[in-house]
Amino acid sequence: MFGETELSLLYEGALWLPAARVLVVSDLHLGKAAAFAQAGVMLPPYDSHATLQRLADVVQRLQPVQVVCLGDSFHRPDSAPQLPQAAKEQLKLMQQGRDWVWILGNHDAQIGGGMDRRQLHELAIGALQLRHEPTAISQGDTLQICGHYHPAAKIRRMGRSVRRRCFAYSDQLLVLPAFGAFTGGLNLLDEAFTSVFTTQTRLKGVVMLGQEQLYNVHPRALVQDGARIASRRFRSPTSA
Amino acid sequence: MLERPPLLPEQQPKDLPAVFERWFAARGWQARPHQLRLLGAVQRGAHALLIAPTGAGKTLAGFLPSLVELSTQSKDEAAARRGPHTLYISPLKALTTDIARNLEMPIAQMELPIRVETRTGDTPVSKRQRQKLRPPDILLTTPEQISLLLSDKASHRIFSQLRYVVLDELHELVTSKRGDLLALALARLQRLAPESRRIGLSATVADVTGLRAYLQPQAALDADSPPKLAALVEAEVGAPPHVDILRSAAWIPFAGHSCRYAYDDVYGLLKQHRMSLVFVNTRSQAEMVFQSLWQMNEDNLPIALHHGSLDVGQRRKVEAAMAAGKLKAVVCTSSLDLGLDWGDIDLVIQMGAPKGASRMAQRIGRANHRMDTPSKAVIVPSNRLEVLECEAAVEALRAGAQDSAGPRQGGLDVLAQHVMGLACSGPLDMRALHREITEAYSYRFVSKDLLQRTLDFVATGGYALKAYERFAKLRQDKNGHYSLRHPKLAQQYRLNSGTIVEAPVLTLRLVGSSARRGKRPLGRGGRVLGSIEEGFLEKLTQGDSFLFGGEILAFEGIRENEAYASRSKADAPKIPAYQGGKFPLSSYLAARVRKIVAQPDAWAALPEQVRDWLQLQQEKSQLPTATGLLVETFARGGNHFLVLYPFEGRMAHQTLGMLLTRRLERWGLQPLGFVATEYSLAIWARQDMGAAIQAGELALANLLEPDLLGDDLDAWLAESGLMKRTFRNCAVVSGLIERRFPGAHKSGRQVTMSADLIYDVLRSHEPEHLLLEATWQDAARGLLDIRRLGDFLQRIQGNITHQHLPRVSPLAVPLILEIGKEPVYGSAEEALLQDEAAMLYQEASL
Repeated sequence: MFGETELSLLYEGALWLPAARVLVVSDLHLGKAAAFAQAGVMLPPYDSHATLQRLADVVQRLQPVQVVCLGDSFHRPDSAPQLPQAAKEQLKLMQQGRDWVWILGNHDAQIGGGMDRRQLHELAIGALQLRHEPTAISQGDTLQICGHYHPAAKIRRMGRSVRRRCFAYSDQLLVLPAFGAFTGGLNLLDEAFTSVFTTQTRLKGVVMLGQEQLYNVHPRALVQDGARIASRRFRSPTSA
Repeated sequence: MLERPPLLPEQQPKDLPAVFERWFAARGWQARPHQLRLLGAVQRGAHALLIAPTGAGKTLAGFLPSLVELSTQSKDEAAARRGPHTLYISPLKALTTDIARNLEMPIAQMELPIRVETRTGDTPVSKRQRQKLRPPDILLTTPEQISLLLSDKASHRIFSQLRYVVLDELHELVTSKRGDLLALALARLQRLAPESRRIGLSATVADVTGLRAYLQPQAALDADSPPKLAALVEAEVGAPPHVDILRSAAWIPFAGHSCRYAYDDVYGLLKQHRMSLVFVNTRSQAEMVFQSLWQMNEDNLPIALHHGSLDVGQRRKVEAAMAAGKLKAVVCTSSLDLGLDWGDIDLVIQMGAPKGASRMAQRIGRANHRMDTPSKAVIVPSNRLEVLECEAAVEALRAGAQDSAGPRQGGLDVLAQHVMGLACSGPLDMRALHREITEAYSYRFVSKDLLQRTLDFVATGGYALKAYERFAKLRQDKNGHYSLRHPKLAQQYRLNSGTIVEAPVLTLRLVGSSARRGKRPLGRGGRVLGSIEEGFLEKLTQGDSFLFGGEILAFEGIRENEAYASRSKADAPKIPAYQGGKFPLSSYLAARVRKIVAQPDAWAALPEQVRDWLQLQQEKSQLPTATGLLVETFARGGNHFLVLYPFEGRMAHQTLGMLLTRRLERWGLQPLGFVATEYSLAIWARQDMGAAIQAGELALANLLEPDLLGDDLDAWLAESGLMKRTFRNCAVVSGLIERRFPGAHKSGRQVTMSADLIYDVLRSHEPEHLLLEATWQDAARGLLDIRRLGDFLQRIQGNITHQHLPRVSPLAVPLILEIGKEPVYGSAEEALLQDEAAMLYQEASL
């Protein structure tokens, strides 16, 4: 819950707003493999299809009125027109009968090819503010919903560790994991997150994606990749 | 002096120039018969394999044809040659340096007009450029460098006047992907220089025919005829080695691999000998043994440490000190295994059972490097089961038996890399390429269709969905030849070539301790201590102590590709658990161990403790038989155990454990886990498996049917992390994913991430893909020991005996002690997450 708004996190890595029947996903990076192929690295050309299929499964289950893609939906500016025909059809089919919003991210240009719909830099739903990257200034009682960072969390227990994509939130911000099939994750303890979760907007919770469910873990339980020198550690909310 | 058989007329070399005769005579030597026979065979135009034990002058023999030919070359001839006259290829960089040193001596003493140079990954770019412009007469190098040179546009010019290719330690090379790459490179060299001849040098091996076939160019496009074989020259056998198993008065433990009980005895042996080599099987063990020997070193003996993770400078120092005879002992791993010739060693100590008879022979060869005096070695078993293994190894040595693996069927990932490399050197004609690669014995099996698929894979990834035609790396020109789309791709190839995909390693540097440094940040620089695997460091947190280079260090942290550590005052270090260096028990030794256990008559040679233990097993249960399988069941600590004694090695047992657990799960017996050692396998379950067997509800014959390796195996493999790791290797070797990008270093983690994702996507969308085929081949052959398991399941059919026991059997004790040391499998990851979540919940409900 955020204020009056009910937020539901899905283990597929998407956000569901039941009252408004809005589905939010981030960082699809469609056409990523093709972009690599262009550079001579021939990754399997099935990533766009796999990503869209996962999205279609969620859409089928929840029947949202509106789908919001939080930016970096296409890996490169020219990825949209170069998408395989079948993927384009798949996408258009999903778009039928519902509102579809492309939030524009740092990888996106204008989206065309019959898949265009509403293209915005920001969208407000009640007290929620949906953007690709968070803004520094938080506005009173709003919650920013963002993507961009591809958060991942790693925990260690009994000498073994697990690293998964995750949701991460503070009082003013919820960062979604990347939804795309070939998108990796960035450890929450990486330096890049220092400007996202600051001392004012402290990381309060981490929700890791499981195979068929989500797992709440405490920020204190997080560990770095490869015992990197801690650029920062999250202190417990009760101390300090 | 040994009797030497006279040379038959047809074995006489055409000519050994007088300068060579004089040189031999001046040192009081004479050319050995096998050296002359090899020279003769090669001079008559044959490709030849020389098999000789260490210390038999193998290296000189290999170079003799080149030296003889080059000794008479004129200045003009030398200047006219635009590439090396002779290539020497060895598996180890260190070996090239060593050989260069050894070659300089006869060349200088005979005043031969011959230039020798090395070229390895460490050779500076400027020197490599110069070597292209002004090639040495003899170039000493590694398989990787040959492949790189072959990808050069000038490769035709460089190699067209090549005369000899000397392949050292061939037995070691042919068993790996490096051997595959080398086989393909040799086929190309033969095409560039049809008159060139190959000389293979090998230690004694089991599969001589395989090596001869590998060395000999085969008839193109003919996979079915009996293979053509290279000429064979065998050196006379030297004095048989004296090998003993350490008889310690100390209690021999049931499990573990530290050999700690024997340190006192070992120290005593070191004192008694001039110079000893102490071989261990893993790098962590090397650290531990070295540390412990120093702690008891009251006499201040000069003892050194040598293993692959240490800094090169450090290793060179130790090698130099050995050569100068300044050391009393060196504790080492396989980094000193191959034919490096240093110093005057009179004792080899092997800590822990050697995992193969051939490896043992090779190591013992270090002692007394002269053929006519026997070498002396002592094997130190680390636990009671290893006593049996050591006994088997010694028997094998006495019988002169060998168990090393022969050449393998070439990997498709390596073929893909080679094809890309050739494309970098110039346009490829598909038909000529097919002829060329099928002349390599390891690649005889490649059909036209398979080669086309490989080409497609290289060009576009080879996906059924033709999505990347417009990005194709290789394009067909108007003649139908394949050529590179862009010269930049050649650069990409050069950065990513090679077949060794190592676990990611970081450079380890010594820095001041954080305590003294206070809050100041870590400084850059610091002395390089060596390299260390990232996986190991992941387990450490700042301040943890570990052993490295014989010192106890405190972990300080990692930055980019460097790890930092300071000197620690701790006296109880965590011990490095290196991945590398764990050898599986060879099937040959396994069979011998099984035989010893099954025959009480053969126990006389065993230490009393071990004999008692086996006798107790005979009383309480029964002995495993030489050909069948003994299965025991008993209850312990609330669990029901099922113990098998296949004696097939840890890897095969792990695969078997995985498969049996799946099957028992399906049959409702609720297995909870399993543990595997080199000799045995234990599975524990909620349900009483022993009772089920006795009641006829569980049939062991059905459980252990050969069809176990069918669908169950496929289903398990698809999900296993092992398969993903194998896939990652294949993906890197084949060039599908990059080792590193020009300019930016991709960390090991990132490679792992994307390879896993690709694996999953390929499996669901294109299960027939070339790379999955290559992965499966690799896994089946190496990591899983599928063939060995298959043979095992066949062998034991109708020959399984079951003992239902009231308590744990004596033979099962070492195995039960292993429980808890093994990682958990299966759904453990999800359970871990659940645990973490439960902790949080507990905290919240306080």
